[in-house]
Amino acid sequence: MNHRPDSDGYEDGNALAGPLSEIFAVDLTSALGRCANCGVTEPVARLHVYTRAPGLVARCPHCAHVTLRMVRSPDDAWLDMSGTVALRIPLTSG
Amino acid sequence: MGVVSPGFRGRPRESSRRLPPGQYETHDFPVLSAGPTPRIAREDWEFTVTTETGDRHSWNWAELTALPSENPTVDLHCVTKWSKFDTRWQGVSLDVLLAEVETAADYVMVSSYGGYTTGMPLEDLLHGQAWIAYGYDGDDIPPEHGGPARLLVPHLYFWKSAKWVHGIQLLPQDEPGFWESLGYHDYGDPWREQRYQGD
Repeated sequence: MNHRPDSDGYEDGNALAGPLSEIFAVDLTSALGRCANCGVTEPVARLHVYTRAPGLVARCPHCAHVTLRMVRSPDDAWLDMSGTVALRIPLTSG
Repeated sequence: MGVVSPGFRGRPRESSRRLPPGQYETHDFPVLSAGPTPRIAREDWEFTVTTETGDRHSWNWAELTALPSENPTVDLHCVTKWSKFDTRWQGVSLDVLLAEVETAADYVMVSSYGGYTTGMPLEDLLHGQAWIAYGYDGDDIPPEHGGPARLLVPHLYFWKSAKWVHGIQLLPQDEPGFWESLGYHDYGDPWREQRYQGD
């Protein structure tokens, strides 16, 4: 059996930038998200993102609770943010 | 429609006949994971079947491995499109584990250490189609591949073969698990290419 020493590996939340840009007009990686499980607020860029899966799974860096999930099928994107209480999204005033 | 179908090239090689639509063969064993790998000591491991009326049937590691085991050799088909042929496992058939369980349920929700869930019809766990596997290729199953024990349901896409299996809840209706609730097909038959909802 092949052992992958990095099988516990995750990427930071910047891995979400491309996939989320298909859905949202703003870059969400600088948004602040509050974990629905532990209540800690962190930038999306600090989430732990598991990309070697049938979808993207982002977890809270403090409690590992799933804060965001995304699946991309040929025709649709599926997004679950039930693990995030709220996102604070910086918007530059024109 | 022409006399000769497009793409017809005579008799397919054996490997292509064993490949469900949209799949490619790999000789590797890719590790897919939606989170940190749980590390469960055998002395702490437990597997519980809970019926729709709340009856619980539990096995610890010693009890599981004392049951009659089988050595299925099966092909695996991952929804991310790789297939791996002739994988050799050791485990206990769900026919054995569910033999004494009284239930009128038609569906199950399988749960794992670490929080993963996946649902399917109870029928798909019976009749020699599914195992609680604790050996792979003559050795223990490493944690990254779901050890100490994982569900093995090879006739469905491999996300149904829950790693780090912890329990089965019997249910009167089908309920979506971790991937089924996010666009993946409720059933997941590779030969009908049931990858996403609506396939």
